[in-house]
Amino acid sequence: MGKPKVAFYWAASCGGCEIAVLDIGDRLPVLAEAADIIFWPCAMDVKYDDLRAMEDDFIDVCLFNGAIRNSENEEMAGLLRKKSKILVAYGSCAHEGCIPGLANLVSEEDILDRSYISAPSVENPGNVLPEVKTETPEGELELPELYDTVYTLDQVVDVDYYVPGCPPVADRTWEVLEAILDGTLPGKGNVVGAGSKIVCDECSLEKKETGISGFVRPHLLEPEPDRCLLEQGVYCAGIGTRSGCGALCPSVGMPCRGCYGAPPGVFDQGAKIVSALGSIIDSTDPDETDAIMSGIPCPAGLFYRFSLPHSILRRKITDGYED
Amino acid sequence: MKRIGVFVCHCGINIASTVDVQKVAEEVGKMPGVVFATDYIYMCSDPGQALVREKIREENLDAVIVAACSPNLHESTFRTAAGEAGLNPWQLEIANIREQCSWVHSDREKATEKAIRIVKAMVEKTRLNESLDPISVPITRKALVIGGGIAGIQAALDIADAGYEVILVEKEPSIGGHMAQLSETFPTLDCSQCILTPKMVAVGKHGNIELMTYSTVEEISGYVGNFTVKIRRKAAYVDWSICTGCGQCTEVCPAKVPSSFDRNFSTHGAVYVPFPQAVPNKPVIDREHCIHFKTGKCGLCEKTCEIGAIRFDQEDQVFRREVGAVVVAAGYDTLPLSELKEYGAGRVPDVIDGLAFERLLSASGPTNGEIRRPSDGKVPKEVVFVQCAGSRDPERHKPYCSKICCMYTTKHALLYRHRVHDGQPYIFYIDIRTGGKGYEEFYHRAEEDEGIIYLRGKVAKIFRDGAETVVWGTDTLTGKNVEIRADLVVLATAVIPRKSTARLVRKLHIQAGPNGFLAEAHPKLRPVESINSGFYLAGAAQGPKDIPESVAQAGGAACKVISLFSRNRLEQDPAVAWVDEDLCGGCRICISVCPYDARKFDEEKGIAVVNEALCEGCGSCVAACACGATQQKNLTDVQIKNMITASLGGK
Repeated sequence: MGKPKVAFYWAASCGGCEIAVLDIGDRLPVLAEAADIIFWPCAMDVKYDDLRAMEDDFIDVCLFNGAIRNSENEEMAGLLRKKSKILVAYGSCAHEGCIPGLANLVSEEDILDRSYISAPSVENPGNVLPEVKTETPEGELELPELYDTVYTLDQVVDVDYYVPGCPPVADRTWEVLEAILDGTLPGKGNVVGAGSKIVCDECSLEKKETGISGFVRPHLLEPEPDRCLLEQGVYCAGIGTRSGCGALCPSVGMPCRGCYGAPPGVFDQGAKIVSALGSIIDSTDPDETDAIMSGIPCPAGLFYRFSLPHSILRRKITDGYED
Repeated sequence: MKRIGVFVCHCGINIASTVDVQKVAEEVGKMPGVVFATDYIYMCSDPGQALVREKIREENLDAVIVAACSPNLHESTFRTAAGEAGLNPWQLEIANIREQCSWVHSDREKATEKAIRIVKAMVEKTRLNESLDPISVPITRKALVIGGGIAGIQAALDIADAGYEVILVEKEPSIGGHMAQLSETFPTLDCSQCILTPKMVAVGKHGNIELMTYSTVEEISGYVGNFTVKIRRKAAYVDWSICTGCGQCTEVCPAKVPSSFDRNFSTHGAVYVPFPQAVPNKPVIDREHCIHFKTGKCGLCEKTCEIGAIRFDQEDQVFRREVGAVVVAAGYDTLPLSELKEYGAGRVPDVIDGLAFERLLSASGPTNGEIRRPSDGKVPKEVVFVQCAGSRDPERHKPYCSKICCMYTTKHALLYRHRVHDGQPYIFYIDIRTGGKGYEEFYHRAEEDEGIIYLRGKVAKIFRDGAETVVWGTDTLTGKNVEIRADLVVLATAVIPRKSTARLVRKLHIQAGPNGFLAEAHPKLRPVESINSGFYLAGAAQGPKDIPESVAQAGGAACKVISLFSRNRLEQDPAVAWVDEDLCGGCRICISVCPYDARKFDEEKGIAVVNEALCEGCGSCVAACACGATQQKNLTDVQIKNMITASLGGK
């Protein structure tokens, strides 16, 4: 039969998911033995033409990380979908949009203006912006088109499996790779390499069912050890985040950020978290409630930190946005 | 796919004059799964309901939408009809296109489009509805009546006579309430005590009534049919189980405590029985005024008691009882004179209120039935009665009418004339409201036969001038201002809820209206029930009313209780919250948000659990759950999302 052929690709991402694969550590040689890694731009010398030359479904499994930010990302997503039997959205960016997805709170114009003109460290007296096509003495240069909206992988192609996390933890990644190698993946469309409950299920901090009388940033509080961080006023997304990471962050005294995305019963992570927090604000006085809520200066950025493109909100309406 | 039938009601012109109901039926009929859609003039009528039953059978419907008025009105009507045709009642939903559409819009085109979307949203909801079975709970056939005034007494007797056990809890040492303070009752001028005490005695003797006076409800938990109540019996420092009620202790007590029963016109000892006809006729010791408790001395009562019933070491006792229903008959109070700043603020000695005048009239009162004014005991010759003292005054006091004052003021003036033949009563009034049976005739008797002067106008100011009390008022029928130098002024003060009623409302988790009176489930059609299952209302705690109304309402409340007890088990709405054990991660946020204490944390399983019988389906826990583990039956997040999508035009 031959060894399974595996591909890894990175779209709009930070590179952390590539490291996450490497993080399987001494299981990496096991992977290299058991599978043929045939396309991995981060770690191998490959060209897009190599991919284009493959037959359809030539690749057995592709782990695709990163969001769809520009035309290159989308083209590669389409190509890898065609050439792969199984396409896995690996990591939060591909799964729900993650940090790149927060760009959906601004417009394309805002991004270009900030990056190339108004950022304090930029020297661009001619206000030159990148173009898709540029004439140079050497010929015409083509750059990928920057999209106004960040998409998740499944918003541009059919996705077979999702592995959540920013990044997915090493043990869960290995479980997924093993399942791929053993052929024991569950039915298509599932989230794999994660739990089916919320982070609280894996967290050992004690809950006392108290309300929230104020929000405080983690570095401004010496938290009571072994006590639920959310109840102490530190925003912890664990109540509305899928389990699987082993509650890593709370176990070292940092609140969960929500990177494993929406739990199984939820189609909009941010909305559910807002609703839950609203239920336990410890005040019925409007002025007092306002004061408590002022402890969260950017609700959209906080509650939708990892899931904005995948949520009902999807993006902020700005002039000139194209769906 | 579910076979859905849609019935759009005209509601006569209520809906059809604004919404094109035929178009609604037509458009909704195009939706996938909607196999039957029609409009009809009055869906709630017999033929309308017959139509629903007929089509369920003919078209083999799995679900029905009735687009009509609010579900508050006819949801149960139609669900019953559906049940009769073999459809699970919870597969029938009402789409409100009247209160939420035709009654609040006038643009026919837009209202019709909105009605279409409302109905489409309900179709989407119903697609995912599950068939449910009512939750069946057992019933404890024992009632708790809170309050031992005439309403509480009547309710207790009616329930006890029907063969069920009743616990009657009363705060004061004796039952009787305000009716025991009255001299004669209108319109018959029956002696109040004479008609009340037989009922009080009947309560005291009734084999089915556990009478707990000097007691208050401390805590209540549970749900209809299954309440657990804690009752605190205050320490009386007298052992009632051996006390014979001889009264010798009350005669030797040297302390002088103002009698609240006599509206502070007389005093009694620290050990006292509130009035001679008290039931139980046993004394209590008022610890705050007792010399022995204050200084360690005296103890005369203890020495006098021949059987050693005085027990200074007695403590409060807390009793636990299981009951199935609660009747709240907590009674009323009157507006304190201190609130009526323009009428002397309670500092003018000869300005008193109606209840105080009753004590002066009463043969067993502080003046043995002689009318004598408080300042110097003289018999007053000029008495001014001021109606609406604090009532019908939205700007400064109470906006409502206190209902009983026109009758009792007329009664007071009449009785005063009977006692003081040369006395002159004046009544300042805005209107004379005498709507009860025999009441108008009573008023005419007073007006025509008894020489009482009725002056139509409000009293502006009452103040002391030397030994006289000056009343400044108006007579609008002559257009003149009036000054009367009165010997005695009686204010018909507003009827208000007792302070303890507000505490009771919080403890029992029931509702009070904006004026503090207990809120009935429906002002017209459900006057004796609270909206909270298992709680019934009787008497002036629900609103100002006279004795016949209190008695009637008490009988009504008793009837509701008896009806509850006559069932085998209680069936409750199953559209409650539930917890998916596979999703709940034990964050516990839902536990504290439940207003009905229906949720607990299961330590072993590490998840939240719901008591279905306690759950009222309010949805607070569903909002609080960040992971979707708690959902409401037939109103899940997915159903709501689909309803919103349909309401927004369906993309």
